[in-house]
Amino acid sequence: MSAWSWEHAARSLPLLLDGFKITLLATVLGTLIAVVLGLIVAIARRGLPPLFGYPLTGLVEFIRMTPLVVQLVFANLVLSAHFDTLTIGIWVLGVHYMTYMAEVYRAGIDSVPQGQWEAATALSLPQSRTWRSVIIPQAIRNTLPALGNYAISMFKETPFLSFIFIGEMVRQAVSYGGNTFRYTEPLTMAGLIFLAASYPTSVLIRKLEKKLA
Amino acid sequence: MPENNQSSASAGGGRFQPGERVTSLGAAPDTPHIEFTDVIKRFGDNTVLNDLNFTVAQGERVTLIGPSGSGKTTILRLVMTLEELTGGYIHVGGNPLQYEQSGGRRVRISDKRRRQTTQDIGMVFQHFNLFPNMTVRENIIEAPIHVMGLSKDEASSQAAELLEKVGLSDKQDARPSQLSGGQQQRVAIARALAMDPEVLLLDEVTSALDPELVGEVLGVLKDIASETDISMLIVTHEMQFANDVSDRVMMFDEGSIVEEGAPAKIFSDPSSQRTQDFLRAVL
Repeated sequence: MSAWSWEHAARSLPLLLDGFKITLLATVLGTLIAVVLGLIVAIARRGLPPLFGYPLTGLVEFIRMTPLVVQLVFANLVLSAHFDTLTIGIWVLGVHYMTYMAEVYRAGIDSVPQGQWEAATALSLPQSRTWRSVIIPQAIRNTLPALGNYAISMFKETPFLSFIFIGEMVRQAVSYGGNTFRYTEPLTMAGLIFLAASYPTSVLIRKLEKKLA
Repeated sequence: MPENNQSSASAGGGRFQPGERVTSLGAAPDTPHIEFTDVIKRFGDNTVLNDLNFTVAQGERVTLIGPSGSGKTTILRLVMTLEELTGGYIHVGGNPLQYEQSGGRRVRISDKRRRQTTQDIGMVFQHFNLFPNMTVRENIIEAPIHVMGLSKDEASSQAAELLEKVGLSDKQDARPSQLSGGQQQRVAIARALAMDPEVLLLDEVTSALDPELVGEVLGVLKDIASETDISMLIVTHEMQFANDVSDRVMMFDEGSIVEEGAPAKIFSDPSSQRTQDFLRAVL
């Protein structure tokens, strides 16, 4: 058996691309959840009185400090009777990354100078309007590169979804290997597909970073 | 009260005509416009203002002078509700700003009521604090639209008028970062005026400017002072400006009023040794 077979590489490709669709879907929806929830959590942590703020902070820290795999398996055990596995997987990814993105937003919000809040108060702008038109636009600008990097990070962690039997790309590669005893080709191809997707994205983010700096 | 603001603002045009300004206070003209009663302000263990009492009359221009750390800026920030009052009361136009006396107790007033009163107060800051994510026009129309309820068209034509007044008609679509410090400060003045304030707080508005840009800002402020009857509370190190626009000068040291009087008296013949030393140091 030769070390590398182009035939197996080609034959595994359709299966891998099927898996890639799921990988991509999970990344896009997971990022969407993380981006939206992260902002809500960041604002809530700043605006809530300690009575509500501390428990929220505790919950966020708990999610951030425990492994994604454990959360996936646990959530799947508890929720699989009510939701399909892919939905659970996407939400766990999203909520896990929400905790990182909330921190990014927090730093972004903190970086908006105090004078901006004061100018908004001096104009008697209501809190909600101050957030929407003054603080968030300035905070997000500073956070875009970091948010993008976490999205790439999430993309690369989608193989953990295979722990709850979601047919993302790496699971497809392993299953091709299981059937043919050829693991090298499908896994190499999967790795190259990851690289092909994430490298250009990270270059784009770096460009964005430079532009915003 | 906001209704009056709205009608006078939407009428447009009359903003800078002397004597035309609608006063929305609902209080008799002889009640003080700004009233500090037993005001205490502490930052931690540091008492900045201790039992301060003073009033500003309708349309009066009062300049606060004194060494740094004497509490002048804190007074302005308290009126703008940027600082929490530790003790006592501040009334503007007869309305309590942060606390009121109710049933013999000192109680906090609601955020909504606070904003109703602060709508009549404008502030210009040392560092301009323009919103960098907005154009010059957007900076000016944001509050008139979202606080006073003007339409975008009304607010924009009012903004154009104000920008003409401060000599920046050609900068409507510029970003603050494209403007000089003096231009930014003039935009900030226009932004404060767009709310048709009855009280204007000027907090060292020329201190962050290059010396050659100070004149253009003070010129605009002098025009406003002569063409409106907005009450003003001014903190400045520009003694000539203070002399030109003020009705009264108050000398502060360590959170108390050392001496007060007409600018001619304070600047040329101060009675307190502390004032004499201060003026000698700054003039």
